Amino acid sequence: MDQTEERYPFHKTFHVEGGDFIHAGSISSQVKRVLKEEGFPKNVIRRMSIAIFEAEMNVICYARWGILTLVVFPDFIKVAVDDEGAGIHDVNQAMREGFSTASEKIRELGFGAGMGLSNIKKVTDEMVLTSVVNQGTHLEFMVNVNPVRNSCEALNPAGINLKCNPATSGTAEQHDIISNGVKDGAEK
Amino acid sequence: MTLNDIRKVLDAEVIAGNERLDKEIGYAFAADLLSDVLAIARRGADGALLITGNITLQVIYTADVVDLGAILFVRGKRPTESMIQLANQMQIPLLMTSYIMFETCGRLYQRGLKGCVEKAGDGSD
Repeated sequence: MDQTEERYPFHKTFHVEGGDFIHAGSISSQVKRVLKEEGFPKNVIRRMSIAIFEAEMNVICYARWGILTLVVFPDFIKVAVDDEGAGIHDVNQAMREGFSTASEKIRELGFGAGMGLSNIKKVTDEMVLTSVVNQGTHLEFMVNVNPVRNSCEALNPAGINLKCNPATSGTAEQHDIISNGVKDGAEK
Repeated sequence: MTLNDIRKVLDAEVIAGNERLDKEIGYAFAADLLSDVLAIARRGADGALLITGNITLQVIYTADVVDLGAILFVRGKRPTESMIQLANQMQIPLLMTSYIMFETCGRLYQRGLKGCVEKAGDGSD
């Protein structure tokens, strides 16, 4: 299910199956353990776990499948989620608290209240969401372990290529990340 | 207040974590929506009691990722066997009471158990 490379930076990838409600939340739980073993501060682990839980639910609820990639640096942790599915018509609308297209099944599980993306935004230091209708959605977010001077430094402190998901060609540098903002899909 | 005190106050059944009844619970909150749980927990809910009527595996995963102290199911809603197994594996105590959520919260509050967060949007968001 996952593969680990050398420490710092190391990455793990997780396959997320759309509609697999039974295992919803399990990736977040696994990541929490990985970060705990690495000795990251509790609040960093909590923020990352919350964001991953919501991201995982989004793929399960709305996409056919997705890949969640965790990249762990000593100073920051980054996650990229690429899914294949219906995509999001209006990214800014999807970010609004309370906006939801959830089915009854999703609501029965206690999700689909339109809080997920705004929760992710609130617990992370940087977040980017782009989507192409009928193709899929790309979400990435990061949490700084220690306060840093600026986001560029945080995203790439040592000039290391951040390309984290072999399945996609996106890199953090290419996404023109806005501090905790949303960038509408240029491809739309 | 310990889990055992909570059990007595609510005439609750211990579903998992019988060996952890001496655990101290300082704070609680009630929610059925797991996104609400995650939103409240982003300000910190370590060791808190979650009072809920939501009977899904995701409640257990949620409690695990935000380090909740225990889960109390209301209205006599009994967790499934797979939920109990997961809770045991993650060492999360589970209790169940027949009281409805309002009564459950009222009885615990009356005995001094405080909420994790008093109000949304109080500046810590």
